[in-house]
Amino acid sequence: MDNWTFGWTLALIGAGGTMLVLWILSLLILLIRKVFPYQPDASAEKKG
Amino acid sequence: MESALVSGIHGLFLGVLSLGLEHVIMILIGSLLLYLGIVRGYEPLLLVPIGFGAILVNIPLSEMMDEGGFIRFFYDAGVRTEIFPLLIFLGIGAMTDFQPLLENPKIILLGAAGQFGIFITLLLALAVGFDKLDAVAVSIIGACDGPTAIYVSSKFAPHLLGAVSVAAYSYMALVPLIQPPIMQALTTEKERMIVMGVVRQPISKTTKIMFPIIVTVFASILAPKGAPLIGTIMFGNLMKECGAVDRLKRASENEITNIVTLLLGLCIGATMEADKFLRGETLLVLALGFIAISLDTVVGVLFGKLMCLLTGGKINPLIGAAGISAFPMSARVVQAQGQKYNKRNHLLMHAMSANAGGQIGSVIAAAVMLSVLQGMGIVG
Repeated sequence: MDNWTFGWTLALIGAGGTMLVLWILSLLILLIRKVFPYQPDASAEKKG
Repeated sequence: MESALVSGIHGLFLGVLSLGLEHVIMILIGSLLLYLGIVRGYEPLLLVPIGFGAILVNIPLSEMMDEGGFIRFFYDAGVRTEIFPLLIFLGIGAMTDFQPLLENPKIILLGAAGQFGIFITLLLALAVGFDKLDAVAVSIIGACDGPTAIYVSSKFAPHLLGAVSVAAYSYMALVPLIQPPIMQALTTEKERMIVMGVVRQPISKTTKIMFPIIVTVFASILAPKGAPLIGTIMFGNLMKECGAVDRLKRASENEITNIVTLLLGLCIGATMEADKFLRGETLLVLALGFIAISLDTVVGVLFGKLMCLLTGGKINPLIGAAGISAFPMSARVVQAQGQKYNKRNHLLMHAMSANAGGQIGSVIAAAVMLSVLQGMGIVG
């Protein structure tokens, strides 16, 4: 494989792959936030 | 008796007789790194041991990096095996708070844009004549992340390790000087004055614990060659967030990181032997490293402008500059620039989100690169 084919392939897949992985991660963060929503500490509420 | 005396005296002066101009230049370069670290306060934890290592290895006949030499022992044990950068990642994970990113996950995309300098620099490095794996090692300076740069360059181009590491850490320290002119050149005054709303999204402890586990499993499956990088930083973060292993967390962020930083710095300095460092190639590495980090900022800010456009002007493009791994330095630069044009503008938390995204982004970019290289059959 010549240097240019190597370079362009790695640059395009690398940049695209990084963007894709991080975009999916952002969706996963939204998903886990929905699955495990924040709940105020119940014991603190009782004391209050 | 007379010949023994002569031999003895000759032995005493052997070091002096072996001292060449190249050794003197390298000792001066090591001293410059010490000056930058001690007097100017630029990344002292790394530049001080690197500078001293560079001085030690360039003392003629010191045999520091010869088989069985004092520093060679640590180099073989920690750098050649890639263990040291991974242990540093453990500490970084234990020290990093991903809460701002969890509050505002779309900002993580800026952390991807902030890595594009790596890939553009790869093409530039190939254009100026570096071979494939050397170009990969040089371009990784654009990750703006010392341990990632060391991990990748020690794997693919150990002869460039000294130049790549010095470039990565020096330019990270110079982020407050490198970024502002680029940010100003690429944004209008109106854009710089955009006030971003406060994002206050409470995050549950379970989410904080699940985050490093999910990132590790998901990203490592997609880019298995990067599993050691992703796994160590996320394991460190899991120890921080779970609250069950406080002693291990404290050991990771203090003792382990300190010891490894010391030895890693000495080892990197010791790769700066005159015959390997004093080459035109080193100047090219330094120049390309500068270009890589500048390009990260350029693409980050341009991506910030795109997000600004798509959100109807709700995102200040300046935060795009924080999509690199220099944490929290570039977030502070963004805050300072924002305040320069609008005193009521507090971009710090948004910039911290982008900066945390940049930390994950640099590791993911390296992981993706390693996996693509494997897929292309360039590495085993």
